[in-house]
Amino acid sequence: MTRPEAGAPATPRTWRKPPFIASPLLRYGLLAVLVVYLVWAFGSLPFNWARISEGLPRAGRIFGGGFPPSFERLDLLLTGFKESLQIAVLSTLLGVLLSIPFAVMAARNVAPLPVYLLGRAVIILSRSFHPVIVAILFVAAVGFGPLAGILTLTLYSIGFVGKLLAEEIEEIDWGQVEAMKATGAGYFAILVYAVFPQILPRQVGLSMYQLDSNLRASAVVGIVGAGGIGGTLMNAFGRYDYAFAFAILLVIIAVILVSEGVSGWVRKKIW
Amino acid sequence: MVDQAGALADRVWKRYDRRERLIRYAVMLVTLTVVVWAVRDIDIFWPWVWDAPNQISSLGARMWPPDPTRLAEIVNAMIETVHIATLSTMLTIFIALPVAYIAAQNTTPNRACLWLGRFILVSSRSVNTIIWALLFVAIFGPGVLAGILAIMCRSVGFIGKLMGEAIEEIDRRPVEAMQATGASKLQVIAYAVVPQVMPAFFAIVILRWDINIRESTVLGLVGAGGIGVILQGSIDTFAWTTVATILIAIVVLVLIGEAITSLLRRKVI
Repeated sequence: MTRPEAGAPATPRTWRKPPFIASPLLRYGLLAVLVVYLVWAFGSLPFNWARISEGLPRAGRIFGGGFPPSFERLDLLLTGFKESLQIAVLSTLLGVLLSIPFAVMAARNVAPLPVYLLGRAVIILSRSFHPVIVAILFVAAVGFGPLAGILTLTLYSIGFVGKLLAEEIEEIDWGQVEAMKATGAGYFAILVYAVFPQILPRQVGLSMYQLDSNLRASAVVGIVGAGGIGGTLMNAFGRYDYAFAFAILLVIIAVILVSEGVSGWVRKKIW
Repeated sequence: MVDQAGALADRVWKRYDRRERLIRYAVMLVTLTVVVWAVRDIDIFWPWVWDAPNQISSLGARMWPPDPTRLAEIVNAMIETVHIATLSTMLTIFIALPVAYIAAQNTTPNRACLWLGRFILVSSRSVNTIIWALLFVAIFGPGVLAGILAIMCRSVGFIGKLMGEAIEEIDRRPVEAMQATGASKLQVIAYAVVPQVMPAFFAIVILRWDINIRESTVLGLVGAGGIGVILQGSIDTFAWTTVATILIAIVVLVLIGEAITSLLRRKVI
């Protein structure tokens, strides 16, 4: 126990909340940096205020035209969704299958260093581009339509599933691999009997997650022409048919909620 | 003795019982049916599929070597992209925190607020950033404002949902202690709730900033500002070498973003 010194003045002390950042220099420094950044950012961004001020009446017109959503062209909507679903299913299948070799390549404990670096590079590259950018490149290469969408989402799935699967392989129980090695098994026999059984449950869960994720993404890659409901939505916006556009949006939201629910339920069952 | 050996030989180890096996076959059958249907029904011109590797490598050849002449313009657009991501993440915080507060079961004032909060979170999360951007470009015209609003609208759901979960997991006791001293509602939030969710808050905001940088690179494709505008322009004019430069710039930006976020995570959390 330390007692206050006898000579100390007995002023009533009030408790103050300790500041979030202890050093005052850093505290005010960060604040100053923030202010300078905000001024710079707002000063350098080109805002077209004349056009923006027209926004509110326009929003009124868009929402006025959008309600009630029109389901008159239901067949067009259903065709778009069917295509989105097909893109999602095929790209998930391809992506999940292809992600296995890349995951093995990108796992440090089962791949030699040069192969590991190659595998990591593929995964980092396919993860750093947003699917829409990949989609626009594939549309330029192979033309409009669902093929571009499937290629895009396959690449997207390889990046995501491959990364998580590689981390899973790096964390496996090494005892089974050594047991297989002790029997004189070759490299592929070890992969099939000692590594894959350990990552399979995770892989099934990831596939379900990726199916959900691909279904969401397939709704947007269509905006740049890669097939599916996104193209229908883009057309509706382009023709100022806001009632149909809002109908599509509502259905997209509903489908995503259902798919999220189903995917979550399956994953809970498996894990 | 012989009987026993015979019985042992007859016993075959099976991993799954009858019911599990049936379920597994049924799941496989359904999967196979869906895949076959998707392959047969999808609107693809198959000769193009076999030609795709050629087309892709030809596009790759046209992109090489990257053309750095418009580098200054690209760097400016990149800075704009980062501004969009940063400003929208900052602005989102002011909307997402109140929404998280009313959408968390233990802090929500009443049931109506709880459902309002959940409705905002779900509708924000279900609509993709680029679809939000499409809507805001229609309203406010092409430009950065549409991009900032689009990213904000998508981030509110993300930050709000995760913050709501963080608030639901706090320790009740500090809250009760504060209430027992007669603290006002605002004081309870400031002294009992906020300190407990602070680490989660920084982790979530940093994560979302990283995601937003990626997302803001595509906003320009629908006219909402950033690097996407130049990318779309170069693709439309078949300036593939410029496209290659832009793609490299995007990879560099994303890697820098990841380096900054991992640094921030180590320093702050």
